[in-house]
Amino acid sequence: MSVLVLAEHNGLVLDDATARAVTAAILVDPDVHVLVAGRDCGAVAARAAMLAGVAKVLIADDGDLADQLCEPLAGLIAGLGERYDAFVAPATTSGKSVMPRVAALLDVMQISDVIAVEAPDRFRRPIYAGNIIQTVRSRDSKKVLTIRTSAFSPAPSEHAKPIEPVNFQRGPHLSSFVAKVMARSDRPELTSARIVVSGGRGLGSAENFEAVLAPLADALGAALGASRAAVDAGFVSNDLQVGQTGKIVAPDLYIACGISGAIQHLAGMKDSKVIVAINKDPEAPIFQVADYGLVADLFEAVPEIRAAMPAG
Amino acid sequence: MRIMVAVKRVVDPNVKVRLLADGSGIDLTGLKMTMNPFDEIAVEEAVRLRELAIASEVLVVSIGPDKATETLRTALAMGADRGLLIKTDAPIEPLSVAKLLRAAAIEEKPDLILLGKQAIDDDCNQTGQMLAAQLGWAQGTFASNLAVEGDAVTVTREVDGGSQTVRLVLPAVITVDLRLNEPRYASLPNIMKAKKKPIAERQPADYGIVVEQRLEIVRLEEPAGRLAGIKVGSATELVERLRSEAGVLS
Ligand SMILES: Cc1cc2nc3c(=O)[nH]c(=O)nc-3n(C[C@H](O)[C@H](O)[C@H](O)COP(=O)(O)OP(=O)(O)OC[C@H]3O[C@@H](n4cnc5c(N)ncnc54)[C@H](O)[C@@H]3O)c2cc1C
Ligand SMILES: Cc1cc2nc3c(=O)[nH]c(=O)nc-3n(C[C@H](O)[C@H](O)[C@H](O)COP(=O)(O)OP(=O)(O)OC[C@H]3O[C@@H](n4cnc5c(N)ncnc54)[C@H](O)[C@@H]3O)c2cc1C
Repeated sequence: MSVLVLAEHNGLVLDDATARAVTAAILVDPDVHVLVAGRDCGAVAARAAMLAGVAKVLIADDGDLADQLCEPLAGLIAGLGERYDAFVAPATTSGKSVMPRVAALLDVMQISDVIAVEAPDRFRRPIYAGNIIQTVRSRDSKKVLTIRTSAFSPAPSEHAKPIEPVNFQRGPHLSSFVAKVMARSDRPELTSARIVVSGGRGLGSAENFEAVLAPLADALGAALGASRAAVDAGFVSNDLQVGQTGKIVAPDLYIACGISGAIQHLAGMKDSKVIVAINKDPEAPIFQVADYGLVADLFEAVPEIRAAMPAG
Repeated sequence: MRIMVAVKRVVDPNVKVRLLADGSGIDLTGLKMTMNPFDEIAVEEAVRLRELAIASEVLVVSIGPDKATETLRTALAMGADRGLLIKTDAPIEPLSVAKLLRAAAIEEKPDLILLGKQAIDDDCNQTGQMLAAQLGWAQGTFASNLAVEGDAVTVTREVDGGSQTVRLVLPAVITVDLRLNEPRYASLPNIMKAKKKPIAERQPADYGIVVEQRLEIVRLEEPAGRLAGIKVGSATELVERLRSEAGVLS
């Protein structure tokens, strides 16, 4: 049969996470369909139809789906249960909210945060903050997966495939949308950036994050990240948290400034290609995973790096 | 309003776990165990609602071996009123955990069920959402704020890129994130008092539920560790090496 990928989007733009989920889905079954659910999201569907490997796009257009609330969305997907053998979504906050609900409606176990597809019923996933990798085989007839986006490259674009409407049955209104506050940033998105510059408690304040770290990030065209300590101290907003309970990133270059390297933080960045650590404590655990360590006061080192850069 | 909180006993989050020598499982012998940190936050929130007289009773439920009673006692010492242990020595997946919690909820009729957003051992991040689906209730995941207003609860959720606020019709299931509150430490008198609070015990069979394993663990491995690299002497040397050696700067 086929596999259905749930598209991640904001009504206007298809998120790069979807293209990564498609790459994983193809490994489960080559007949991949993408579901775009929302209100007036034709542009998103058109974009999804161009992802290489996608055979067709289903579009569900209804006011009840406009806010991507989990209850109607899960009902829609589970309602398509007969037609598919597998359901895949990126392990974003929306994928993580909707898919277990889908799995329960289908009475199957979800496989969370898949990092490799070994066979259509066999998957690898990290547990214990990435300290152990578990390979599991699902005995369920239908598979429900969330995939860790940093472990799969995005499917490229090709010629467009057909888009078909799909019927949506409204259910009881269990929840309603009240408000959304999105952090606005001109910087690249954390989970897909090629370079990430991250700051920890060592930055000391929100002002220092802006004055010291942000210029380096901007010079490198990098995303900004942070440790939980930096987020909890209010230096930056929570959506910048990297780690076991924040975002998982695997950029080409990860620069950790004033971050000690707790296991929960390492869980979110240790698959980065090259790791740089700047910390004044030579014993900081972050140096055990860093390719390049600089023992220095970050308030001196970061501007120096900025100055030593070709364009700087 | 009655609140039910699910609490799981897990390895202390600051312990780095290792595999058994034969790779057949995780070596938990002698490791410090605690309540899942997210569940402490869930208990704290429930107890605060009770102190504000918004909730009339807080029931804490754990599914696991006898030792899970310790976790329930911790929750009772934090201020929960009653405990329920659903006893099983078998490994249990979120789908079954959710089914058992559903059965308990049908019996106990809570208006609100709080869970951690994820357990820090298996990192599944599923149980609350599954439970909400099985009960046909609204769900609010990753809560960083919640306010009960009449027959609804307003939840602010931590989502990618920012935060979202939703209004859930009660009864509802909420999974809590780290920034919802700072859990209290139980005081000695409260620890003593907790010893007298009731903990009921049930078996999955009492609810007519057979715990099944849908996932088979094929293999467990420790990932190849990263090797520490080199220390560089200066910012200039760092930039030079990133450019010429690592090739990550243009
Ligand atoms: C359940 C749970 C989940 C968690 N999830 C996450 C998560 O997802 N992500 C996460 O990051 N953490 C997480 N944590 C928290 C984690 O355990 C650490 O507390 C946190 O990562 C520490 O942040 P930090 O490295 O910024 O702060 P600290 O550990 O305080 O380290 C600060 C570092 O800055 C250095 N420093 C200070 N001043 C300077 C200076 N001027 N120049 C250079 N270096 C300086 C210090 O030497 C020190 O090494 C979690 C914890 C728990 C219990
Ligand atoms: C195939 C397989 C084999 C396993 N084998 C073993 C084994 O041999 N030994 C072993 O110890 N574990 C084993 N486990 C792990 C155990 O079954 C996990 O507890 C289960 O998968 C739940 O995952 P989670 O806690 O990450 O759920 P999550 O969905 O991340 O948990 C979220 C929340 O749900 C609630 N919750 C979860 N579990 C419980 C519970 N038991 N009681 C009360 N509340 C709970 C808590 O509020 C928690 O914060 C196995 C798991 C699988 C999938």
